[in-house]
Amino acid sequence: MTATIVAPATPQRRSKRASNNAVLAGAIILGLLALVAIFAPLLAPHDPETVVADQVLGAPSLEHPFGSDALGRDVLSRVMFGLRVSLLVSLAAVLVSTAIAVPLGLLAGYFGGLTDTAISRVLDMVLVLPALLLAITFIAILGPGSTVAALAIAVIYLPILARVMRSSTLVVTRNDYVLGARARGAGHLRVLIGHVAPNALGPVIVQASVLSAFALQLEAALSFLGLGTQPPTPSLGGMLSDGRDVLSQAPWVEIFPGLTIVVAVLSFTLLGEGLRRAFDPKGVAA
Amino acid sequence: MTSRLRFVIRRLLLTIPVLLVMSIIVFLIIRLVPGDPVRTMLGFRATAENVEQVRHELGLDRPIVTQYFDFLGGLLRGDLGTDIVSHASLADLLAQRLPVTFELTGLAMLIAVLVGVPLGVRAATGGRWIKRATEGFVVLGVSIPDFWLGIMLVLVFASTLVLLPPSGYVPFEVAPLDNLRYMALPVLTLAVGEAAYILRTTRSAVESVMTRPFVGFLRAKGVSESRIVFGHALRNAAPSIVTVIGIQVGVLLGGAIIIETLFALPGVGRLVVTAINQRNYPTVQVGVLAIAAIFILVSLVTDLVVGWLDPRVSDGAAT
Repeated sequence: MTATIVAPATPQRRSKRASNNAVLAGAIILGLLALVAIFAPLLAPHDPETVVADQVLGAPSLEHPFGSDALGRDVLSRVMFGLRVSLLVSLAAVLVSTAIAVPLGLLAGYFGGLTDTAISRVLDMVLVLPALLLAITFIAILGPGSTVAALAIAVIYLPILARVMRSSTLVVTRNDYVLGARARGAGHLRVLIGHVAPNALGPVIVQASVLSAFALQLEAALSFLGLGTQPPTPSLGGMLSDGRDVLSQAPWVEIFPGLTIVVAVLSFTLLGEGLRRAFDPKGVAA
Repeated sequence: MTSRLRFVIRRLLLTIPVLLVMSIIVFLIIRLVPGDPVRTMLGFRATAENVEQVRHELGLDRPIVTQYFDFLGGLLRGDLGTDIVSHASLADLLAQRLPVTFELTGLAMLIAVLVGVPLGVRAATGGRWIKRATEGFVVLGVSIPDFWLGIMLVLVFASTLVLLPPSGYVPFEVAPLDNLRYMALPVLTLAVGEAAYILRTTRSAVESVMTRPFVGFLRAKGVSESRIVFGHALRNAAPSIVTVIGIQVGVLLGGAIIIETLFALPGVGRLVVTAINQRNYPTVQVGVLAIAAIFILVSLVTDLVVGWLDPRVSDGAAT
């Protein structure tokens, strides 16, 4: 009966080519941003922390393409160095989190039972608080700074990434080749590292790249609140906080660091969504 | 006992351990501060007697288990302690601050739902251009950090057009119209990102219902398209939309911390940020506690509503 009913025009999934283009665009923009961040000391036209008295709130010009801020510092150079800090903090956070989440999720998913319950319940505790509140609580205890901000973001992401790893491990463990390996007499460790882990990692990588976008936003938010990267080190969030006071006289102090965050977040999102379509069609990471 | 009732009771009981975990996290905030938290709070010019006195007032000189039960007892009695800086009662302070946060997040969520749900339905069922336009809105809404959007809105509506005040606050009961004028930009700032999330969820939930065989059957029966969409598809998509709205309240509460600071709104979020910068730990604890408690309560209500909307959830939980 159901087979005879004509399926309604299903909302078409975006074509594979469009998704490849999105990944490519995301990867290229991200690559460029990463190059700028890495080579900031060579590329920046000025020193990001040098105060120039006669350049206070200078409008964008050939000398200062993004203008200068309330202390006469070059906004373009500060954006370059700020991007460096922001990318470093968010990538460090996601890497640390993934490094801890993968083994935890692997153990929980592979052994199940009590191991699973113990790991999952402890991780669930982290989800009791809203993400930003948890990060702020963490910083309230340890004091502000970029290292603490990275740690706080890593803690927030731990249960999310571990959960994804756990559910993809559950799927992979049921495969015949895993049973086969066990039957051939391979030990748990060998099966986990040699067979389960490599096949279960895809969704985690996808999720990690999506989370990098949010990590960047979180780092900027924390620095904006004065709880992340501390002045005089330039950070994109910190620049937004400085620029607020001079918003009507010198909007460029505010616009350029903000746009940089938007572009970076957008490229992480494109990359993540594209990777999701390519590696995780069943949507384990969703 | 009906399965529905059993579901409600089960869900209510599940909230107790969550509240206990939260109380332990909040309790530990001041105790995990490296070094001497009282010395950090009072600064290096405080005398040794002063430090000892505050330590005694906060009960930090008692055994840790006793401290925790004192803390829990205080919470249950509504005695939240006093602010170290202003010496005001923290319960009173919270009573002043909470309505501001409620108004901000409540209005933002209301607007986000009113915009996101209808647009999501249109995106799922409409033509190509509306799909493209809503897709663009979602990507931008999710990618633009809310605080930067807030600043840009100030630049346009407050600095350039001078239509709305850039920051500040007037209580609603003092001057309702002025209150709304002050609230307009912060609420809009929070609502844009939320609307994008709700649109995306509504779109994919409605899309997946529209592919189900019963929709084809309804069409064959001659049921009008709008009736299928609003009477059947949206009804079936409602549980997932409500679930996401519940989760997003947590995001919204986090966003409120930033937006309150940005627009100088005297809410709980700004209270926490100010308290962290002053190393005013008791106030940090109470602020975190309040936001977390709201979040837990909202998740509870969300789950109950989803159980009511989708009987399979409440029945499944009972079997």
